[in-house]
Amino acid sequence: MTEQSALITADLVDLDLPSTDRRAAVGALAERLQKAGRVTDLAQFLADIEAREQQMPTGLEGGIGIPHCRSAAVTVPSLAFGRSTEGVDFGAEDGPARLVFMIAAPEGGDTDHMTVLAALARRLVRKAFKDELLGATDAGHVADYIRKEVGA
Amino acid sequence: MKLLAVTACPTGIAHTYMAAEALEVAAEEAGHEIVVETQGSAGSTPFTPEQLAGADAIILAADVEVRDKDRFAHLPTVTAGVKKAIGGAPALIEQAVAAAEAAPKGTAAPAEPQLAVKQTGPGVGSKVRGWLMTGVSYVIPFVAAGGLLIALGFALGGYQITDAPSVTESFSWTSHTSWAALLFQLGSLAFGLLVPVLSGFIAYAIADRPALVPGFVGGLVAVEVGAGFIGGLASGLLAGGLIFWMKKWKAPKAIAGIMPVLVLPLVGTAIIGGIMFVVIGQPLAAITTGLTNWLNGLSGSNAILLGALLGLMMAFDMGGPVNKAAYAFAVAGLSTNSQTALLIMASVMAAGMTPPLAMALATTVRKKLFTEAERENGRAAWLLGASFITEGAIPFAAADPLRVIPSLMAGSAVTGALSMAFGSTLRAPHGGIFVVPLIGNPFGYLVAIVAGTLVSAAIVIVLKSVGQKKKAAATTESTSAPRAAAHA
Repeated sequence: MTEQSALITADLVDLDLPSTDRRAAVGALAERLQKAGRVTDLAQFLADIEAREQQMPTGLEGGIGIPHCRSAAVTVPSLAFGRSTEGVDFGAEDGPARLVFMIAAPEGGDTDHMTVLAALARRLVRKAFKDELLGATDAGHVADYIRKEVGA
Repeated sequence: MKLLAVTACPTGIAHTYMAAEALEVAAEEAGHEIVVETQGSAGSTPFTPEQLAGADAIILAADVEVRDKDRFAHLPTVTAGVKKAIGGAPALIEQAVAAAEAAPKGTAAPAEPQLAVKQTGPGVGSKVRGWLMTGVSYVIPFVAAGGLLIALGFALGGYQITDAPSVTESFSWTSHTSWAALLFQLGSLAFGLLVPVLSGFIAYAIADRPALVPGFVGGLVAVEVGAGFIGGLASGLLAGGLIFWMKKWKAPKAIAGIMPVLVLPLVGTAIIGGIMFVVIGQPLAAITTGLTNWLNGLSGSNAILLGALLGLMMAFDMGGPVNKAAYAFAVAGLSTNSQTALLIMASVMAAGMTPPLAMALATTVRKKLFTEAERENGRAAWLLGASFITEGAIPFAAADPLRVIPSLMAGSAVTGALSMAFGSTLRAPHGGIFVVPLIGNPFGYLVAIVAGTLVSAAIVIVLKSVGQKKKAAATTESTSAPRAAAHA
């Protein structure tokens, strides 16, 4: 798989999210997706993310937030990863999220692409996966590690 | 232990798979086998019939409607939100194991789901049957609860209870007539829901929640225009088909979110309601009326033939569409107050009581021909049969349809015909043994039931004995035999 269509690349990784505010953190990750040409219409994409968030908060126990949506503004299935020392509140019962996975799926994504996202989602519940990401120091390493784990 | 799980979430790209992973990990750690069907956007691989047959329990971890839920109706079920599965998978596994252990093997499976599960291919016929069975399975509790309330009302207040004033106008705490009227009127309200519930859940089976409103309202219109049971079948299938088709529309982004909760129910209800009122309602009502009139017009030797025919129908699928068609004709006739209608009602109820009674008798006198689970079902079948809940015979029919169903049909035909011949009449739509005192010629009625029961039990014993010799003792080996056989 080429660098352009890989699920995640180094420039989609933010190891120190600038804000503890959910919208600001989401916005920062979304901008990275836009800069990489994976999101065409930032406003539309953010609206779709927010709509999903309103349905039910995407925070999960264990300090994870997974803002995600299917959106017509997304060109290729993508993951933007952010880490926060203080945590960003994604509405999980046990507190803010230290790991934020922004999953962007195109509107009419075919099954192959969706399989990659499914594999990613499955990794999210594994402790080893989380530990590796919590301890990582290099954006390029994070992107390589995630790609290797989900086989994309 | 063998577990199944279904996971599903609104977007279908994250939680569905996280929950699946968490459940798989938790099951493995607890030493159980699990197969997860992820109903997400990466496509889902449905459970195989073998997996469904061999499972001990199922976990439904979903924030949206689980597709094709009736496949699991025979399994102990644990339900939770999808997040619960991600955060607390070990607890869910524990609950599922507990549920599986609490459920008595074999007896836990009331059988119409087994019939539904039997569909091996996705052929049109079996699909339609699956839809109809889903609708009917939701109707059964209404029939049982409403019918028994009505029967109790009759038993307490006599036939004139139908003329009692509404309990909202006059209710005396000390008058037993008031209590009888209360029971009767509650039961009548529950009965009034039969056709809408049938229609609504047929539609639901086809196209899930958005089809529920068009189905229900279509069923109400069917009642309104006098199209009854046939109208309800039609409106349910139409509403399900329409919504199924409409769900494939590419909705503009602005309204995509409100499609399932507003647009589909609104447009679907308007269309189905309109069709039922002005297009097909009247013809269906004419068919219903025509059939009712034809049935009512039969007399003499024809009536005995009719009793036999209705008996065959009652035992054919024991609570399924054919059984309910015969039953609906009988109930619809009651409002006409004609003598023939009362004969028909008596005949239909008698023939509907026979199948469970016959199986109960057969399991009592020839224990060795049945598995332990079947003998347990047999004990329950005495009461189910006496209460006119024909469904009590389904576990036996599901396990061994080719021997059981013809036997039961033969006995029910005898009962239906004899009830007609003896001129027994019944004004209550339900009640079984509890309304026998209200029946015209109760002695003849009981003779008819006993005769049919003996005939069915005798035939089933003979057929089973012949089969048993060929198969040696294969069926006695395990308590789960009836379930396994149902899927074979």
